[in-house]
This record gives sequence, structure tokens and C-alpha cells, in this order.
Amino acid sequence: MPPPGLEIHRASLTFGERPLFRDLQARFEAGSWTCLLGRSGSGKSSLLRMIAGLALPDNHQLDLATSDGRPLRRRLAWMAQQDLLVPWQRVIGNVMLGAKWRGTSTNADRQRAMHLLERVGLAAKADEWPAALSGGQRQRVALARTLFEDASVVLMDEPFSAVDAITRLELHEVASTLLAGRTVLMVTHDPLEALRLADHLLVLQGEPANLVSIPVPAGTRPRALADDDLQRRQAALVAQLREPTDG
Amino acid sequence: MADANPLSRLVRPLLAIVVLVSIWQLTISLTGVPRYILPTPLAVARALFEQRALLEQHAMITAIEIVAGLVGGVVLGLATALALARFRPLRRTLLPLLLVSQAIPLFALAPILMLWLGYGLLPKILMAMVIIYFPVASTGYDGLRQTPQGWLDLADTFGLTRRQRLLKVQLPAALPSLASGLRMAASAAPIGAVIGEWVGASRGLGYLMLNANARLQIDVMFAALVVLVMFAVILYFGVDAAVRAAMPWHRDRVTPPA
Repeated sequence: MPPPGLEIHRASLTFGERPLFRDLQARFEAGSWTCLLGRSGSGKSSLLRMIAGLALPDNHQLDLATSDGRPLRRRLAWMAQQDLLVPWQRVIGNVMLGAKWRGTSTNADRQRAMHLLERVGLAAKADEWPAALSGGQRQRVALARTLFEDASVVLMDEPFSAVDAITRLELHEVASTLLAGRTVLMVTHDPLEALRLADHLLVLQGEPANLVSIPVPAGTRPRALADDDLQRRQAALVAQLREPTDG
Repeated sequence: MADANPLSRLVRPLLAIVVLVSIWQLTISLTGVPRYILPTPLAVARALFEQRALLEQHAMITAIEIVAGLVGGVVLGLATALALARFRPLRRTLLPLLLVSQAIPLFALAPILMLWLGYGLLPKILMAMVIIYFPVASTGYDGLRQTPQGWLDLADTFGLTRRQRLLKVQLPAALPSLASGLRMAASAAPIGAVIGEWVGASRGLGYLMLNANARLQIDVMFAALVVLVMFAVILYFGVDAAVRAAMPWHRDRVTPPA
């Protein structure tokens, strides 16, 4: 089944008395990777949580539509900044966590989880406890767990921001390959990461914030760091993000 | 760092016991405390041996009370914690009640239980249960509601029911907190049983201690105390071992080099 595109309308979020954004709308193309870029406190992570249908403490409202008209629930996978591995399951158990928790895990699930571990390069660690892994390895397991859900829509909230720079670049390549063909919506505060990975790039900026579409460099994901065009655009994007936010 | 050598792990507690017994003997030798106030370690050891049949008979009763109380208290406490975490209306009514129940002095409760339930095993088991129930219920409930939000988010996107979320996510996440409640319960359990026996009993180590005291058999009284201490220690380490076995990921955790 082809992945659906997403449309949001009338997205509003109020933090206490302060409106973070009001009446936002956006389209996220089916099967493409959209990066949502913004500075801390812009409300980008909250917007993603609203789309995922997760709990939020603040006043919020959102109309969400899928391109095929079917509900998004049970078709989305969630990946957060923390790896969220549970210490009481071994690595393989963490990959197939969804099936374990739903109480539906089968031998076929286990084989699929093992296959995904191979693809993120951690097959040898399958029977370790998560505590024995490095931060980068843990995030790879989290990626395998996200893929295990086999969801056509993947929502990621700064998934690579807690690992070191080199590991982050490696994770870009792994994720790029493995998430191809899905509708991906990724929140990040890293302009370079956004420019490397995005098919579509949206910046959440201003007070209250607006969504501004930014052109991305040509070429296939993940784009090379040395690319002149990418470097130029990064400089421009940083300059734009540093503008005073009372626009 | 903990010493991995099993021999030295055994030697150190034994050494501590030898030191304590030496201080005990030394106190008697230096101060000349009369026998009927503080018997010598040797006299207590002799009482332990000579009265072993008597001690065993009463120890069995106390052991049954403690273990039954522990099992009952843990099961009830855990059930309460799960029910509190699962049903919001229950929290408003049961939680204050639970806190108030802790304000009741256990000693005051014991005679009432005797009055209602007689002098048999049941009131002692109930005393032990009451003393165990609260730490298990409160640490269990605390652990259940302090599940990190990230895991609850995952559970939501996985499409879990509330029941699945409670049993598969919140319960294992609460295990470390629950473990400390269980350890507390294990060390408190003998207190409940012995208080029950002091208030009114015809069997058990608590009864034996009171009886020996009245007859000025201070060495027997101390011997009963030694058996009771042994119970408490065995129980604590037994529960500790069970708790560790339930959390294997805590045991072979690999600590990164500093």
C-alpha cells in the first residue's frame, strides 16, 4: 500500500498566554522526506506530537487529513531524541518491542527483527542488554525498532541530536537508505542535517510562528557535506534562523 | 568495587560477627555485668544447642507467620498499586485512606486483632501483612506512575490498550522502585509477627522470649533473639536474591570505562 501524504490545517498552539503559532497549514508529500526546522522553543516538536496524536500539556488544536482519507493511527511510527530502549529487554526484544508489548510476537517477528538488526549493522549485539551499547548503537537499535513497525508514515523528533557529529553523519546514511519510500516528517534544529536529508524543507519561525518553505539542494539523500551548493545554502539558512523573531 | 571472590564475600560478614561477639564478651569481662542482665556468648550458644527442640518448635510457628504475612502483604500491596494506577476514581478515595492507615500505631492494633481473631496464627499473619502492605503498595504505586513519558509515547504509537500499557510498560518500569519496597517489607515482616506474639500467644519465638524473661532464663531469651535475627537476615537476602533474579539486566550491566 503506497504511503499517504499528510495535510494539516488550523494548527494552533498556545503556551500559557503566549500563542506559539496560529492557523498554520502545510502539506507533507506522500513518500517524501520533509524536514521541519526551527530554533528551540519554536513549537516544532509540539507540532510533531500533535500530528502523532501524543499528549501535550498546552492548549492546542489541529486538523489532520491523509491523502487517502484513512486514519493515520496504526500507520505511523515514532522516533524520539532519546533512544527509548527499555532496559528489561535485550537488543532483539527492543527491536520487536511493538509486537512484544501488543502480545502478538511470533517467530517470524523475531526473524524480521534480526534482519533489521543486520541492516543497521548490529546483528552481533542481538542478545546484549541495551546498557552494553554505545549511544550511536542505541540510536541504531531505535531506528530498527521504528522500521519494525513497518509504518508508511514515520515521525521523528530530533532523532539524531543526542549522538556525536560523526555518528550523526553515519546515521543519516543508514536512515536515508532504510526509510526510502515512506512519508517521513523529521523535526530538527540542525540546518546541515535538514539540508542533507530533506526533499522538502519547512522552517518554523516568527512570533507567532509561520511555516516558510525553503528550497533544498539538488541531488539524492544524504547529500555530500562537501557540496558547494549545500554549504552556501547552509550559510543562508543559518543567517535566516538568526534573524530577530518578531517578523 | 564489590569483591567478586566468593570466599572473601563469605569471610567478611563472618569476621564482623566474630568482632561483635568479642565486644560482647569483652563488655561482660570488663564491667562484670550479672548473668541475668547479659548472658555470655557461650551461655547463649549452649542454650541454642540444649534447647534446640524447643526453639525449633516455636521458630516454625514464627516462620509460618512471617512467610504467610509476607506473601499476603506483597500480593495485596501489589494489587492495590496496580488498581490505583489503573483506576483514577479509586485514587481519590483509597489513597488518603492508605495514608491515614499508616498513622495507626501497630501496637495499638494488635490487641484489637487478638480480640477479634483469637490467639492463633491468623492475627499474627495479619499483623505481618499490615506492616508489609504499605511499603509495597506505596513504592509500587510510585514506580507505576513515574514511567518516563517517552516510553508512554511509544506505547501510544504502538497502539497499546491501557491494560497492556500498565502490565507491559509501567509494571517493568516500576520494578526497581518496587524492589526497594520489597526489601523494606522483608526486614519489617518479623516485627509484625513478633508484636503479635507479644500481645497474646501460646506459641512462637515472641512468646518464648516473654516466657523465658519471666522465668529469668535470659540465655534462652537471647537464643530466641539469635534465631529471630537469623530469620530476618535470611529473609532479607532471600528477597534480595529474588528481586535480582527478576531484574537480570541490572546484574550484568556493563559499566563503561571511566
